[in-house]
Amino acid sequence: MIGVRKVNRRDFLKTGVASAAGLTLTFALPERLAAQTPGTVAKLNGYVHIGSNDAITFVLTKSEMGQGPLTSLSQILAEELECDWKKIRTEIAGVDPKLYGPLQGTFGSLSVRTSWKPLRAAGASAREMLVEAAARKWAVDKSQCRAENGVVLNTGTNERLTYGSLAEAAAKLPVPPTPATKDPKQFRYVGKSLKRLDTPLKVNGTAVFGIDAKVPGMLYAVVAKCPVFGGKVASFDATKAKAVPGVKQVVQISSGVAVVADNTWNAMEGRRALEVQWDEGPVAKWSSPGIRQMFADLAATPGAVARKVGDAGAALTSAAKKIEAVYEAPYLSHAPMEPMNCTARVRADGCDIWAPTQIQTAARATAANITGLPPEKVEIHTLFLGGGFGRRGGTDFIADAVECSKAVGAPVKLTWSREDDMQHDMYRPASYTTFAGALDADGWPVAFTSRIACPSFAGLNNGVDRAAVEGIADLVYDIPNVQVEYHVAEPGIPTTYWRSVGYSQNTFFTEGFIDELAHSAGKDPLEFRRHMLQKKESARALAVLELAAEKAGWGKPLPAGRARGISLVNNIGSFNAQVAEVSLEKGKPKVHRVVCAVDCGQVVNPAILEQQIQSGIVYGLSAALKGAITIDRGRVEQANFNQYDPLRMDEMPVVEVHVVENHLDPGGIGEASTPTSAPAIANALFALTGKRVRKLPIRAEDLA
Amino acid sequence: MAEIKFNVNGKSQTVNVSPAMPLLWVLRDTLGLTGTKFGCGMALCGACTVHLNGQAIRSCITPISSVAGKNITTIEGLSPDSTHAVQRAWIENDVPQCGYCQSGQIMAAASLLAKKTRPTDADIDEVMKGNLCRCGTYQSIRRAIHRASEILTASNGTARQGGVA
Repeated sequence: MIGVRKVNRRDFLKTGVASAAGLTLTFALPERLAAQTPGTVAKLNGYVHIGSNDAITFVLTKSEMGQGPLTSLSQILAEELECDWKKIRTEIAGVDPKLYGPLQGTFGSLSVRTSWKPLRAAGASAREMLVEAAARKWAVDKSQCRAENGVVLNTGTNERLTYGSLAEAAAKLPVPPTPATKDPKQFRYVGKSLKRLDTPLKVNGTAVFGIDAKVPGMLYAVVAKCPVFGGKVASFDATKAKAVPGVKQVVQISSGVAVVADNTWNAMEGRRALEVQWDEGPVAKWSSPGIRQMFADLAATPGAVARKVGDAGAALTSAAKKIEAVYEAPYLSHAPMEPMNCTARVRADGCDIWAPTQIQTAARATAANITGLPPEKVEIHTLFLGGGFGRRGGTDFIADAVECSKAVGAPVKLTWSREDDMQHDMYRPASYTTFAGALDADGWPVAFTSRIACPSFAGLNNGVDRAAVEGIADLVYDIPNVQVEYHVAEPGIPTTYWRSVGYSQNTFFTEGFIDELAHSAGKDPLEFRRHMLQKKESARALAVLELAAEKAGWGKPLPAGRARGISLVNNIGSFNAQVAEVSLEKGKPKVHRVVCAVDCGQVVNPAILEQQIQSGIVYGLSAALKGAITIDRGRVEQANFNQYDPLRMDEMPVVEVHVVENHLDPGGIGEASTPTSAPAIANALFALTGKRVRKLPIRAEDLA
Repeated sequence: MAEIKFNVNGKSQTVNVSPAMPLLWVLRDTLGLTGTKFGCGMALCGACTVHLNGQAIRSCITPISSVAGKNITTIEGLSPDSTHAVQRAWIENDVPQCGYCQSGQIMAAASLLAKKTRPTDADIDEVMKGNLCRCGTYQSIRRAIHRASEILTASNGTARQGGVA
């Protein structure tokens, strides 16, 4: 882990260009590389490398897909290292299970949550080693030495030594087992809205995304895939494809038939000319109406118990009032702006992967399996990700490129078209979920039951997939009798994690149904929720709810034709409440304003927090107002943004973000605000129209 | 295949490609200018926006044959040092998140401001609704366009004063 190495040519990192000599394509921030001169680089640990020229390199193990770890994780390291922010540079980590654990990836809004303690320790231990090295050099007690802004100061003599001059000696010292981290009151980087380190690269075209990888001798490929999920190639005729100028080879791979050419366009033209007969397989029998019916049939029967508190059945039978409802959500595509892609170079003795991947260890295992190489012979070079949202945890696009490179014996950049991306996604699962609730004579809830029919992708435990039931089984409200059941509903449409996962549909369901209970009881939706959040463990949830309501002016008059709705979620270790303000324009819902309150514990970078909360809301609004993937005979009916159209500039409401500040351990932010948008809108539309929307996306005809 | 000559970022380029090949792929694969992004291939998302003789166009549906003899500006050529008013405003406001759509957003915004130095929110909606952002940076984009407008107005004012003096 600790060592000193000479800087050689490969350390002068280029932006996304693999030189013929160097096997590694790392990337760095060129404007901060300019000052670098040759010398030694000391690795004080897996995250902090310090050059004899005082350049501080932070190693980033998380994928930068917009959510900001490049900046926020650097802030954590810089805080404890006590270094000069202007001298840091970034290196993207390769896979190294010894340094970074068996599962190296970016998901679950975990980057800050799981890095907070290890990175503080890494920064602090490096700092203590530098101080120790200085103390030895001066032959004084280390209590006489203090680290500040990239130098160690001898408080007795006012002498100074830069980190660069100490790093080599520091790296030879033992790693302190329990380094002292700072008191939050002393933070000078953490909690500050420092500028994003990636912005300069992202305004002039120099940021290198996966799709921008360039490797000498590289060919370009696209794959014709069976339009039906699970279908296989029956036969193909490559004659016409090979006649397209620039097409080099046509090869069959596991996922279909790859057309390899001298540029992406010619590969696409070759694919258009390619003739393939498909064996469509069993999923071809499914279309959306049949899928919905299958889900509904399952939901009519008892399922595996995901949560049981008290006796909900008895409470429902004896209650003063009983309310029932069915909620539905469609499959959704992730649709990141950068379509799936991967560049692979397979050789007899090794394999290089340049990719926008969210899970480096999975990408490496996939390439190792396909090539038969030991995993350590596979190098994963992670580039910027043009969005991820869970999609890039998949390895299907990695496998395509590796198989293709292996088949043609050359480096291959394999690109999915938008149509490939949308029709061969792994989707946010559809769900059909029933609810029943009971109110006592005073109109307060005494029972809550739900039965969820939803595909499973995260694994079953006693018949329950947590990813399918979260947001319902862990209901944030205190209700004395609760029963939640689950059915695996599986037509064979591939599904996976989608920003905020189960909460993305289930919070819409529960927050809608709770709103129904409130109105049925004749109570204000805020007051109704507040009543169920009186226990001590609900304090943070209650606080964000109150804050959102206060900032939105809950209960205050609105112009005619406008109404508000409220919603709440506790997911990814954070708390989020939203109040949406809506109207109808020509019968269509229009969202004017979203006021959001968030408690995510210690905030590392408030500006990035605000960005992420806004981002999650836009992602949620797209799904609430517009998003649906539908199936016809095993095929996805939507192919491009004209049929699956995310929120656009003219539909963007004013979003306000308010933060509950504290120094509790950090919660997540990337997925915090997505779940609460749809229910806040639907609840506002009910307040406006009296029509209860129980199915997404919200359609004008449901409000007429 | 056809030999086609055109200017990119002030530099003459000659490419020998299929005449139907979209400008996008010529820029990215043939010329290595990867700042211009592929998003949809159907002019639906705006990620591929570049300027043709100063006008914003979607390079993914623009055949290279139609570009012969014309001037193309890509994100790499918008300014030599990221000092175009739009880039400055984008940096000030830390607009990008993942950043993939931002080349197209910036080129669209620069084209809008070239036509209308002080766009209203409605003007911004009308032009920028053609550029998708899945990270949802719209609010920041709107703020940054207004800021770029201020920068432009200020520098125009300075230029005019200079002229008078």
